[in-house]
Amino acid sequence: MNNVLTIAPLLLPMLSGVLLLSIKQNIKLSTAVYLVSSILQFIVSSILLFTISESKFFVMHIGGWEAPFGITIAIDIAGSIMLVAGSFVSLAVALFAVNTVEPRRLQFGFYGLTQFLILGVNGAFITGDIFNLFVWFEVMLISSFVLLSLGAGKEQLEGTIKYVLLNLVSSAFFLMGVGILYSATGSLNFAKIASVAILNPDNSLLTLSTAFFIFSFGMKAAIFPVFFWLPSSYHTPPIVVTALFSGLLTKVGVFSLIRLFTYVLPTQQQEFSFLLKVLAGFTMVIGVLGAIAQNDVRRLLSFHIISQIGYMIMGIAIGTAASFAATIFYIVHNMLAKTNLFFAAGIQNQILGTYNLKKSGGLYKTAPYLSLLFIISAFALAGFPPLSGFPAKLTLISSGFSAGEYLISGVAIMVSFFTLFSMVKIWNEAYWKELIPERSAGSNTNKMMYLPVILMALAIIGTGVFFQPIYHLLMMAAHQLSTPELYINAVLGEV
Amino acid sequence: MNSLILKTTVRFINKLLLLFSVFLLLRGHNEPGGGFVGGLVASTVFILYTLSEGYKEALAYLKVSPFSLIIVGLTTAILSALPSLFLGDAFMKAIWLETRIPIIGKFGTPFVFDLGVYFLVLGITLSIVLSLRKDSE
Repeated sequence: MNNVLTIAPLLLPMLSGVLLLSIKQNIKLSTAVYLVSSILQFIVSSILLFTISESKFFVMHIGGWEAPFGITIAIDIAGSIMLVAGSFVSLAVALFAVNTVEPRRLQFGFYGLTQFLILGVNGAFITGDIFNLFVWFEVMLISSFVLLSLGAGKEQLEGTIKYVLLNLVSSAFFLMGVGILYSATGSLNFAKIASVAILNPDNSLLTLSTAFFIFSFGMKAAIFPVFFWLPSSYHTPPIVVTALFSGLLTKVGVFSLIRLFTYVLPTQQQEFSFLLKVLAGFTMVIGVLGAIAQNDVRRLLSFHIISQIGYMIMGIAIGTAASFAATIFYIVHNMLAKTNLFFAAGIQNQILGTYNLKKSGGLYKTAPYLSLLFIISAFALAGFPPLSGFPAKLTLISSGFSAGEYLISGVAIMVSFFTLFSMVKIWNEAYWKELIPERSAGSNTNKMMYLPVILMALAIIGTGVFFQPIYHLLMMAAHQLSTPELYINAVLGEV
Repeated sequence: MNSLILKTTVRFINKLLLLFSVFLLLRGHNEPGGGFVGGLVASTVFILYTLSEGYKEALAYLKVSPFSLIIVGLTTAILSALPSLFLGDAFMKAIWLETRIPIIGKFGTPFVFDLGVYFLVLGITLSIVLSLRKDSE
């Protein structure tokens, strides 16, 4: 049974993707299949998380070809946490999509494409082979290209071209990094690379390839100074696509960086710690300052993604077990809060007919429940207790202080204030301000649109309030991440 | 394009090319060939037909839509990876029949996978080429 469970995160989206593409003309049927498949994926990844334990990995050698030669799928606790969070986000996105995406886009195969996107994301979370990781990135990118440009308007195509071009550059660097790494270690398998790298940490080729990977993953994660593609493309597609991307894509970049510095090249973390700290600081500050300057909700939130990525990079830069645990929770928290804010922005657009903050207002009066849901997500992002952002920031910053990284932790605290400020900006403009009279309100909302937003808000509160058991899980995940020997043994067998 | 020479040649060469693509597909496991190359060669049959007769005629000649070929190919390839999973083994592990089948030879899940690739490549190549041709006509 374990072998089915290990491959299920890949198999389910693959099967449902093909099925959904083949029945894309029948909207009712494909909607039903889409929802059932999304729920099933969430259930399966939850089962995976419950059955995995500290010293155990779910390992599968594809095609039965043993570890250093074949492609390995290895699920650890961190990976399964990401799978659960990812499938939860995609479930919420599914619930939102069935109520908002117009039939024209559905007939182009919108549902099937999101499944292929999730296939790529899941693959990147659980693969144990660096070239296979590249392949999953490509699967993810190609489906995201199509999702971005689907049903294209002029503005949407412009955003897509920027996105495609920069991601291709990033992929090229990734591939070069893989090539260098292969020449240095003679393997593509994470565990094998790690075991060679630990014995021979001074090889300068390893440093070189790490630099290539940081550039490539950093570009995909949108860290300073290669973040500019994100705000110029994320606001163009339908809001549900933006929500899906913001929940999953950049996080895959960050998670791959975690993988890189824990299982693949654990010895390189020290060498790049300073660089990562500098990048993290700039990413945080510039992202949040960019956000404050925006007047379009989607652009504001897009800049915000960048700022939040800075926190995650900070956790990787500190590099202790506690900071890895904090980073993983930060990613989860951010997936929930950020996706939910995009949902709220989508509903705001449905009510007011605009994303422009200058032209909106009065939502507090016309949509009090939306206001509540928005406040929950916004306060979570700013780090208010008892929401998920509070333990996320607390564990991250305290891990920074206990590692003696006072400067970057101080910057992180300061950026939190700016985060709150930018959230208050949305609140003031869209919710608190009196509505400009000529705009008609409350025209075309569907009650079902609130369902995913409520689900996400509950998850935000839940992960914040019941943080104790989650923290225990996170520490187990961090223990695995900071002890690469466990991983090497699990994949290569006892050596 | 309206060329008598091309039309006549294509009519003769089409069957040969199709046969050759199947030959490539079958020998592909241990020798050069396989589903990908076979699919490409098979798609040239219909591309040549498009050039000599036209877009609509080629679609009629193909009988099924390229998109359904893509779906068939993907489904076949995925299904070929499943049997080993239900036998409690790794995903995509090859399972071979003991007895040899005439013409095909050694038969197993890798062959089914290759067959899926064959249809997938055929479908994708044709949907690209035919949609380009459709615009130019």
